[in-house]
Amino acid sequence: MKVKVVVMPKAAVLDPQGNAVRDAMRHLGMPEVRSVRIGKYMEIDVEGKNGELESRLHGLCRDLLSNPVIEDYELKKTEESR
Amino acid sequence: MKFAVIQFPGSNCDQDCIAAINGLEGLHAEYVWHKEKSLDDFDAIVLPGGFAYGDYLRCGAIARFSPIMRAVIGDARAGKLVLGTCNGFQVLCEAGLLPGALVRNRSLRFVCDMVTMRVEVDDSPFTHGCPKGTLLRMPVAHGEGCFFANAETLQELNANRQVILRYADNRGRILPEANPNGSIENIAGICSRERNVFGLMPHPDRASDARLGSIDGTKIFRSMVQAISANRTTSERAKQVA
Repeated sequence: MKVKVVVMPKAAVLDPQGNAVRDAMRHLGMPEVRSVRIGKYMEIDVEGKNGELESRLHGLCRDLLSNPVIEDYELKKTEESR
Repeated sequence: MKFAVIQFPGSNCDQDCIAAINGLEGLHAEYVWHKEKSLDDFDAIVLPGGFAYGDYLRCGAIARFSPIMRAVIGDARAGKLVLGTCNGFQVLCEAGLLPGALVRNRSLRFVCDMVTMRVEVDDSPFTHGCPKGTLLRMPVAHGEGCFFANAETLQELNANRQVILRYADNRGRILPEANPNGSIENIAGICSRERNVFGLMPHPDRASDARLGSIDGTKIFRSMVQAISANRTTSERAKQVA
């Protein structure tokens, strides 16, 4: 099974990178840009496809792939393995 | 008295820590490779600065799962003194031994500078002999040293007097200009609720030789020695009474 994991900084956490990119976009002729938040995107290929695997993946999302103090994550199945 | 300095792949202040600690009388420091599993022979543990595991994913995110961390966490829970400087502080936060997290500097710049900090708590095992208000000067060198904690955690940190050091100007004022990385409330170093785990972004290890411009870092190490000795005396007395 293939999954994608998106990790984003929580709203309360300052994202200076996102702010810098937002300002650059405004400077480059798009004053309409309200905000930019920068996170991480991961593509993970896992052997197998049962629900137990998915709950273990969620566990690792909380323990390793994201830090719940500052980030939220989203895990989505994108494809079953052949 | 024996201190352990943990070496992760990517640690780069391990030698600085060893040199600083071994430069103090009555103290001896040894390297402990991250694959080791026990720290029983040591009186205190130091997690040095650097870029453990390349700081991939997040600073300290992978290092916290190193085999030695089980021993660090177990010994910390049992009351042993644990000091994390710079990357070591980040590892301690990731491991859940300290609350909050360290994120990208507000300026987006890597800061490499001498900073001044004000001692906020003088009765911690790490600041014996530094009366409240004492100013300490130590170098910082980091890109992700901006301390963050949510409102609830921050309130707890303040209420429990866990904020040990804040960035200050040379007159001891807590000002935004004195904050090198955008840390919330100018927080430079915090301890655990039980007070035996301490993390700070500045480097006591690089402020332990007058030739480097400051020996304020030695105050931290000496304080640890005092705390360990005092604790030993108390437990010996308790044994005698028993």
